[in-house]
Amino acid sequence: MATDLLRFATIGSVDDGKSTLVGRLLVDTRQLFDDQLAAVEAASQKRGVGDLDLSFVTDGLRAEREQGITIDVAYRYAATPERKFVIADCPGHVQYTANMATGASNADVALVVLDATAGLKEQTRRHLCIAGLLGVRHLIVAANKMDLVDWDEATFRAVEKDVNDVARRLGFDTPIIVPVSALNGDNVVEPSYLNTWYDGPTVLAALNSAPAGAWASSDDGARLPIQWVLRQPGGGRTYAGMINGSTLTVGQKVRLLPAGVDTTIVGIRGPRGAMDSAEPGLSVDVDIADDTSAGRGDVLATEPFPTVTNEISATVCWFADAPLSGGQRLRLKHTSHSTPAFVDAVTSVVDVDQLSLNEAEQLVRNEIGHVTITTADPLSVDDYRANRVGGSFVLIDEKTNATVAAGMIGHVTFA
Amino acid sequence: MATDHLDILESHAIFIIREVVAECERPVLLFSGGKDSAVLLHLATKAFAPNKIPFPVMHVDTGHNFQEVIDYRDERVDTLGLQLVVASVQEAIDKGRVPDPGPLGMRNRLQTTALLDAINANKFDAAFGGARRDEDKARAKERVLSFRDRFGQWDPRAQRPELWQLYQGKVNPGEHLRAFPLSDWTELDVWNYIRRENVPLPTIYFAHMRPVIKRDDMWLSVGDFVHPQPGEVIERHMVRFRTVGDASCTGAVRSSADTLDAIIKEIETSNVSERGATRADDRFSETAMEDRKREGYF
Repeated sequence: MATDLLRFATIGSVDDGKSTLVGRLLVDTRQLFDDQLAAVEAASQKRGVGDLDLSFVTDGLRAEREQGITIDVAYRYAATPERKFVIADCPGHVQYTANMATGASNADVALVVLDATAGLKEQTRRHLCIAGLLGVRHLIVAANKMDLVDWDEATFRAVEKDVNDVARRLGFDTPIIVPVSALNGDNVVEPSYLNTWYDGPTVLAALNSAPAGAWASSDDGARLPIQWVLRQPGGGRTYAGMINGSTLTVGQKVRLLPAGVDTTIVGIRGPRGAMDSAEPGLSVDVDIADDTSAGRGDVLATEPFPTVTNEISATVCWFADAPLSGGQRLRLKHTSHSTPAFVDAVTSVVDVDQLSLNEAEQLVRNEIGHVTITTADPLSVDDYRANRVGGSFVLIDEKTNATVAAGMIGHVTFA
Repeated sequence: MATDHLDILESHAIFIIREVVAECERPVLLFSGGKDSAVLLHLATKAFAPNKIPFPVMHVDTGHNFQEVIDYRDERVDTLGLQLVVASVQEAIDKGRVPDPGPLGMRNRLQTTALLDAINANKFDAAFGGARRDEDKARAKERVLSFRDRFGQWDPRAQRPELWQLYQGKVNPGEHLRAFPLSDWTELDVWNYIRRENVPLPTIYFAHMRPVIKRDDMWLSVGDFVHPQPGEVIERHMVRFRTVGDASCTGAVRSSADTLDAIIKEIETSNVSERGATRADDRFSETAMEDRKREGYF
């Protein structure tokens, strides 16, 4: 997997400074072109918010600038001598939780921004909870607005303790927590000269050394969900898709699921030609030894094989206005397979403040909970914690085609 | 062969193209002849090789073209055996669908009507575009699969959640998707990929001598669609184009870069963004791109 590219998402509550921090990172690492910087300055002055409102670097929509909030994820790209970054600057407002989940779902690292003077808010806990569920393992935490308390160490230590506690309960690796002022640029790219008691990395230094590429791969078997069947000249078919899990190799025994037919990989062709083996994240087409009726929605897998089932226990984040309750019929999309599905029951809801599970019969918008689902077609599924691709699905409203839920196979628990 | 970030971008784009073709009934690829759509076409070729690309390409033709780009378009269509649909702005003007801006008026915004009319007439339910999120702050907000209602409108306040790589492309009749497989590519990624893959391009991307005038701080090519106004002086300079759009509002940049290596070197050290340097259509207001996109623009 390429490690020269790090994907990170900013998360945390509204008004704690996520967009300002991203703006600061981009400006101080000179990622903005002159005309882009001039446009941000002009927009800031026009709206009377100072000479340079750093949040305008990513808050590009008219409504966002009018209201001074982020509505949807902005994607920005940056490069340092160490690596390239794909930045998803996510909205903090609870109303836009689905957009935050969109931005965080492909992240290697979550950059948590919180107002150190206000402590750990419920919305920050919600975002941490969602990031944890989505399988993000690494947190870099910017304890922001330290300039407002004259870099008081006790304020920082209190937040640090709360963050470490929540991170442990959600199963994150030990976070890197940095006291910063996004507004003034302290400890973002350059170390702060006002701060005498912190000697850890700046936010940028932490990003430069954070682990990348983990989300696409696992040790729990190679999978090729078939997207499309290609006809070869002179007869024969090959099966196209993107590999996930672990590396797929010519000569490997694979099982076609859900049919349960065993066969062998006899050829792999990637975008740059024939290959002996292909890593997760590569789009390939493969040739198999046996003539099968494989098609879109089937998967070729190595051991340990996915589970073939019509019944799923999952953790879902619900995005629709109307609540989710048992008996609801939806469409479910899992890898390249779409099938009608019934949500048989909602069994519990996550209390994001206490990080506990409470019994429940429905989920309202932006709530997370456990559900059981029956699908019309059998699916070949992995547990989300073992394989993010084989373990994830979305639920779709059959009438409007809106995506109404993100689902992760398996049940979340808290330490 | 080690996997680098261009391999990941390439594979991701191929994945998106295959997914949209599998999920949608009648996709089309928007092919302007610009470098981004050239890369998109190259990726579509790879996604379905050895089979032919299973969808037509569409050129939204403002009528204000660079001849080099039209030649290039026709050569590509011919070589790859593609079906070409032309959505003509001139036709929309002639039919009275849009007001005539006059022989020298800017036709950029009029493309939206021609585009949406052609999507409706052909019942396309998905249109691939080469737009990238690094181009503009409104594009930076847009999903890879971006939903358009029956009126062709984009609602940036109500985008579908798009998690992981689960792209879902179902739409009801009359609605359609825009699909942007190059969303996460930067200008530099596109050029590095063109160099790696030897993707053919129109000649105007490479430095050449051309008569130009300076207008609104941009070098415009003097020709059928740009005539010098009083006070404007025709000069001859070595220039190249960083983007390809309507000839009346696409600026050239002064450059001696006549090879891919030289172009990449130049972009790596540029202080001005691609659209900032070359697009008059983005200069109308703070949110010019968002406003056009809401109406159904690319």
